[in-house]
Amino acid sequence: MERRTEDNPGRPLANGKTVSCRFSVSGVVLVMIGLPILAGLAGTVGPAFGLLPALGGNHLTLDHFAELATQPHLLRSVLISFATAIITTGLSLAVVMLFTAGYAGTRMFSRIQHLVSPLLAIPHAAAAFGLVFLVAPSGLAMRLVSPGLTGYDSPPDWLVPQDPLGLTMMAGLIVKEMPFLFLVTLAALPQVPLLQARHLSASLGYGRTRGFLISVWPLLYRQIRLPVFAVVAYASSVVDVAMILGPALPAPLAVRITGWMADSDLRMRFLASAGALLQLGLTTAAMVTWLALEQVGSVLLRRMSGSGVRKADDRLLRRSACAVMALSAALVFLGLATLLVWSVAGLWPFPALLPDSFTLQPWLRALPQAGVAITMTISLASSSAAIALLLAIGLLWQGGHRSGQAMGSVLYLPLIVPQLCFVFGLQILSVTLGFAASFPLLLFVHLIFVLPYVVLSLSQPWQALDRRYETLAAGLGKSPLQILLQIRLPMLTRACLTAFAVGFAVSAGLYLPTLLIGAGRIVTITTEAVALSSGGDRRAIGVYALLQTLVPFGGFLIASLVPHLLFRDRRAMRI
Amino acid sequence: MIRSTRRMFTRMALLAPLALTALGPAGATDAAKWDQVLAEARGETVYFNAWGGSANINAYIQWAGDVVKTRYGVTVVQVKLDDTTKAVTTVLAEKTAGKNEHGSVDLIWINGENFAAMKRQDLLFSPGWATKLPNWGLVDIDNQPTTLTDFTIPTDGLESPWGAAKLVFFYDEARTARKDLPDSARDLLSFAQAHPGRFSYPQPPDFIGSSFLKQVLSELIADKAKLQKPVDDVTFDADVAPLFAYLDQLHPLLWRKGKAFPKNYPDMKQKLADGELDIIFAFNPAEASAGIAAGELPDSVRSFVFSKGTLGNTHFVGIPYNANAKAGALVLANFLLSPEAQVRKQDPKVWGDPTVLALGKLPEADRAAFAALDLGVATLPPDKLGPALAEPHPDWMTRIEAEWIKRYGAAN
Repeated sequence: MERRTEDNPGRPLANGKTVSCRFSVSGVVLVMIGLPILAGLAGTVGPAFGLLPALGGNHLTLDHFAELATQPHLLRSVLISFATAIITTGLSLAVVMLFTAGYAGTRMFSRIQHLVSPLLAIPHAAAAFGLVFLVAPSGLAMRLVSPGLTGYDSPPDWLVPQDPLGLTMMAGLIVKEMPFLFLVTLAALPQVPLLQARHLSASLGYGRTRGFLISVWPLLYRQIRLPVFAVVAYASSVVDVAMILGPALPAPLAVRITGWMADSDLRMRFLASAGALLQLGLTTAAMVTWLALEQVGSVLLRRMSGSGVRKADDRLLRRSACAVMALSAALVFLGLATLLVWSVAGLWPFPALLPDSFTLQPWLRALPQAGVAITMTISLASSSAAIALLLAIGLLWQGGHRSGQAMGSVLYLPLIVPQLCFVFGLQILSVTLGFAASFPLLLFVHLIFVLPYVVLSLSQPWQALDRRYETLAAGLGKSPLQILLQIRLPMLTRACLTAFAVGFAVSAGLYLPTLLIGAGRIVTITTEAVALSSGGDRRAIGVYALLQTLVPFGGFLIASLVPHLLFRDRRAMRI
Repeated sequence: MIRSTRRMFTRMALLAPLALTALGPAGATDAAKWDQVLAEARGETVYFNAWGGSANINAYIQWAGDVVKTRYGVTVVQVKLDDTTKAVTTVLAEKTAGKNEHGSVDLIWINGENFAAMKRQDLLFSPGWATKLPNWGLVDIDNQPTTLTDFTIPTDGLESPWGAAKLVFFYDEARTARKDLPDSARDLLSFAQAHPGRFSYPQPPDFIGSSFLKQVLSELIADKAKLQKPVDDVTFDADVAPLFAYLDQLHPLLWRKGKAFPKNYPDMKQKLADGELDIIFAFNPAEASAGIAAGELPDSVRSFVFSKGTLGNTHFVGIPYNANAKAGALVLANFLLSPEAQVRKQDPKVWGDPTVLALGKLPEADRAAFAALDLGVATLPPDKLGPALAEPHPDWMTRIEAEWIKRYGAAN
């Protein structure tokens, strides 16, 4: 695969003028995303095999892998990461699947949709902190029932979060991945004949859930497969959530690698690079396992439809799925509310349900310093999202996203390859080339991560738009460009703005690339939040987690308000 | 090419400093010629790489930056790190790439193993500049030998002292009686036996957590002189045996039975406030008072130390060899050392970090300002802080941390 991506950027140009014009956007995208990732991977592979001249690494060696193998309890770290990837993805997908099966097309569906959508704007770390403030032994849940029901005057000595099996970590990931999978499912739904299938399966006597699974799900799953794999990759290599909620002794693999990267003994960089390759292998293994699970799932599904069992009454199953969806959304919102209270809390001893006093000091102290970071976050996120949107439109307009396997795999590489595995290599590369940390450089790196999400978000509505409008316009003598600007884009305004908001949120939430490529000089609200959360001060964490949520939320707000203003007098364009 | 020229310059600088000043402007920033430094610094921007995990420290740095801006025309930008090593890595990455000038780090808040690593790899601005700063004369080198020796490594003027640190324990008077407080590591074990689940320490390699291990080792090791030298591989296991025997006994008595540890000092502070821990500790004697002032701790929290001594050290600021704004960094380092900046830093309402200056060397007015500071109810006065134990050689920290992970890394 790597070889193919290296060759491809050149090919369209070599094919002559007519082709090169058609492929221009996809060519740019191929180079823009493919090259940095390959270079970054090379920057990881080199040190893993002993090549890093500055640290005296001048010859090939396998010593660092041998050293990696001797790291205490490495296997446990690997297993935890692996299990997290599979279980998180499996459970999130199962709930989303059952909920969609039971409710797609109903009023409850759109109600939950409105509840869940804003969750996408909440950064993982903020959601994780909120969860800690809820479920920890000194958290809000325990305070609610103490000392009245439990008799505890001081918090019980329970191992939550950071439980050895990583259950709290998985829960924290699931409440964030479910909204993501749900929204991509939503985007794919218009492309399947939901209503007809529902009527057909109902007339055959199938229950709603079973009928949906048999008739619609296989079509739908094909559409959302890529995001599902992105979830597998993310859950297998997540760092921030694992640090907040995950087990500590031993920690999941990605956390340990980050620790080695940060070790003051610079020779640990070799070990960390070897670890990053192990992480790559781990993520690949998790994906292969998922492929196998897909096969199992499809066999089960086939057996289910072959059996002819109708299961007409599936209310219990449906309602549990709905309850889990609503509960997870409620947990995240409640966690955010707790964050808000902590951010203005004076002394708040256990088991008091509310703080003894309130103070604005944490906000007053943070805001003057946060101003720069907020400005930078907004300008970085809006410009990268805007450029990504233009590129995505160009790509979709030229049909470049379908131009072969290579394009697809390269475009979505940043979603599938764990950041940990190539961002450090990329940093060494950019310094070697003499790039100083600058806004344009960081913008470029952000684009690598933002573009796939924007394309992902825009491509479904793009294809769902009724082509007959364009055919009609072409028949009236409009040029392709006129059709794009006057017909397609106005009709897709809402989808474009949503894609912009998604890109905005992705950029605002990027931590590792911003920190390393920005060389710490370019600070965003996310790098500030992570630096402050290292201090563990709940009030400061509260302030920054809320800021971190509000900034991308602003993007989504604009995305939903602008169409209302634009289309005030066009009823069919409103929701 | 550039590199060898630099080396040549360095050699020349060592041999004939006078000739060098005649030679050139760029590489020749010299703290001894303060007027030139001030002139050169005007208009520079100093990227101060400092741990950013504490809102009050960040606010203090912002204040220092504002003062330096108005007085000397030097702009200060704090690069907030979650781990100082990131700055060391940046400088190293730049050296890797041959970027020997205009580096992105101008000043680093540093000590201990990070300093040792940078000094060993020649990543610091040399020759020594700290002792040439105008305010150097005020530094308390007699009573605070750690201003010259950083974890047994001679500073050689490659870093300038910023603040003093001493390991101090905190407890809540409302929950724990004064007579129950431990007075040594051994006592602490008895305390944990009497109150299981009420004590813990941050998980190494957190700085404070590793410091706790060093405190115990310093008390229990048979031959204390060994700690001042690098680890002896042959006797290492025997040397640290008492420490790990102690920890084997202690861990089942810890918070969460030693299956999870607090992340760092602020995390312990929160757990003291939540009532999860009874005894916590920090490297800043004023932390408890600062916590009370900020409403993070109840006002019944008090401090204590071990009468036979606790670890003490100094934290510094250093300048990388390829810093872009060396003159500006010197100006900021000198200002951070001024009585004005040091007295503000020691105020628990601001930060509460003890000064590195000798009060006896200060002008009358400055001494009065220090005397007028209200250190807060929970802060022990300097004469009640007990003896300071010297920090072991950085080697020990690295080795103990590795050993710790090996033994307790899968406590679950």
